[in-house]
Amino acid sequence: MPTSTQTTATGPAAGAPGPALGPAVQGTRPKAVIRPGDRIFSAATLIAGILILAILAGVALFLLAQSKDTIDAQISDPSAITGGNGFLAYVWPLVIGTLVSSAIALVVATPFALGIALFTTHMAPRRLAPALGYVIDLLAAIPSVVYGLWGIALAGNLTEFYLWLSKWFGWIPIFAPAADGSVSNTGRTLLTASLVLSIMILPIITSLTREIFLQTPRLQEEAALALGATRWEMIRMSVLPFGKSGIASATMLGLGRALGETMAVAMILSPGLLTASLVVSGNQTIASEIAQNFPEAAGLRLSELISIGLVLFVITLLVNMAARAIVAKTSVKGS
Amino acid sequence: MLTTSDTTSSRSRSLTSKQLPKATPWVIAVASIVVAAGISFLGLGRFSIAVTAVLAGAINAIAVFAISAAYEGRRKAVDRVATTVVSSAFVLACVPLISLLWLTVSKGGAALDLNLLSRTMLGMKGVLDQQYVAGEAGLAGGFYHAIVGTVLITVAACVISIPIGVLAAIYLVEYAGKNKLGKAITFLVDVMTGIPSIVAGLFAFALFSTIANVLMPEAAGIAKTGFTAAVALSVLMIPIVVRNTEEILRLVPMDLREASYALGVPKWKTIVKIVLPTSVSGILSGVTIAIARVIGETAPIMVTAGFAKNLNWNLFSGWMSTLPTYIYDSQLRPVSPGDAAIASSERAWAAALVLVALVMILNLLARVIAKVLAPKAGR
Repeated sequence: MPTSTQTTATGPAAGAPGPALGPAVQGTRPKAVIRPGDRIFSAATLIAGILILAILAGVALFLLAQSKDTIDAQISDPSAITGGNGFLAYVWPLVIGTLVSSAIALVVATPFALGIALFTTHMAPRRLAPALGYVIDLLAAIPSVVYGLWGIALAGNLTEFYLWLSKWFGWIPIFAPAADGSVSNTGRTLLTASLVLSIMILPIITSLTREIFLQTPRLQEEAALALGATRWEMIRMSVLPFGKSGIASATMLGLGRALGETMAVAMILSPGLLTASLVVSGNQTIASEIAQNFPEAAGLRLSELISIGLVLFVITLLVNMAARAIVAKTSVKGS
Repeated sequence: MLTTSDTTSSRSRSLTSKQLPKATPWVIAVASIVVAAGISFLGLGRFSIAVTAVLAGAINAIAVFAISAAYEGRRKAVDRVATTVVSSAFVLACVPLISLLWLTVSKGGAALDLNLLSRTMLGMKGVLDQQYVAGEAGLAGGFYHAIVGTVLITVAACVISIPIGVLAAIYLVEYAGKNKLGKAITFLVDVMTGIPSIVAGLFAFALFSTIANVLMPEAAGIAKTGFTAAVALSVLMIPIVVRNTEEILRLVPMDLREASYALGVPKWKTIVKIVLPTSVSGILSGVTIAIARVIGETAPIMVTAGFAKNLNWNLFSGWMSTLPTYIYDSQLRPVSPGDAAIASSERAWAAALVLVALVMILNLLARVIAKVLAPKAGR
């Protein structure tokens, strides 16, 4: 990645004023004067840096502190927790709902994102490409609450499609209709929410993969073309293998975004118990559970919602760290 | 292999291989749309855009492959199909964008007027909405309080996060070098960008309610203020500001710093007088993008500032509304139930139009700043 190589390039030079002196004179160099202004300024920047560490630690700490009531209840009287069967039984369906909706969003969005990234980097007319990229960035700029509003307005149009799905593919559990053969008549199901989610995470995956595709060594591309490869063969032989790990980390980051996305799901999904079918109403995600119940919550319920927030935080943290680890591993190999 | 026979056969004829005329893909595309529309009409008995689009895509891909394979050979045909599929992915992705913008402009534009912009929801009753739906009165209520709340909370978030973000970026670029703390901060900033917005809101709420519990245990619910929301937004904004500023600072040429050091200028003055002015356009445009990102956040505001119906200028006491929470609240908890809920929905769309316009303007502004304030190229 460019940032890491730049770090090594500017790092040592930025460390001490006057690195141009070179190693030979370093021993006899007079000590630099450190002025009060320098001290104050460097301390200020250091404090700002440490504050960031403190904030992240604070997120975990304060969420944990406010989860104390839930932990106490879990130990002393698990039936006091919503659902009556303890915290795990309460959070389990929510985690599944979150993971399922994010997975669907990812499966739908990734092929499109790759296609768009390829289109803007290698196929669109060169003069048009930046403008086309900007169009996709617009998708990222739209606030999630507006996506929710849009999803509610259009969800009804999907019922016909869901009816068709349940008629022909009802034997697959995820498309199974309800016991009386019906599907959600408002269209506000987990599948609808996931589809809207996929639109929302499309721009982030697209922009990350686009950057990676642009880094493909020009010579490799031209060599492939010179050997008589068609454009698609060139993409398959040089662009895609080069960007493989980048694509993986981009999808992971998209997954992280989808896991934490609240409003679209909270507005579109009419929540319910965990069900395998995605075309009837039901299921719930962590973020949406918090958003829908937080305004009225108090006491133990409040603490419960904060503790499921902590669970969500841990899940997204793991996903993001995994994504960064992939980036770190490959940036060494790629350079 | 097919490939080798392909090349030998074409070599025997001439150096150039056969190629379809340039307009062919377009002709095939139009033809397949017509065929798909026909099938949808015959099969369903009516015209359906969705079915036609899916069918047209499939027919187009198959037709392109068949025609090209027959005339140009298999490799060219695969190339053409790939181009078609990739291009249609792009076109398909534009559909929701256009649909969303169109719906926002048409629905929001129909409802939006100056009254909505200048009134609050104070004293709003279901009767007023029922009268509106019955056509006896104009659309009551408004979101002036939400606009004020949005501006106040966003400004407060900027006041907190811009100094921290910019200073942390300066630390990373100018002071940290390759030390462990710098690496840790870089890593955690990356991690912080991935914090779900609702978790940031919960953090701010947990922070202030813990403080409130310690200071005044009898006052419940005191933690929900505009300032709490600003802290929540800062958690989301800081990493964006750090990342954007860091990127820009690294672009400042080392020569500039060294020239300044050589003249005996202290390091902090070099940063303040040389490095920052050189990168000011990038920093400002990065900050603007960060503002555009957090101004549309809903989840962290609703858990930290509640839903206010009245105008509240005080960040430190009482609930506040912002445009996103106003939209959410109006749509999901309408003032009047039943048929008159449409009035609340109309207000929500009008607020959505204002919000989208605001975000677009900020994004545009970021681009303009980057262009206008950019330092003149030295060479």
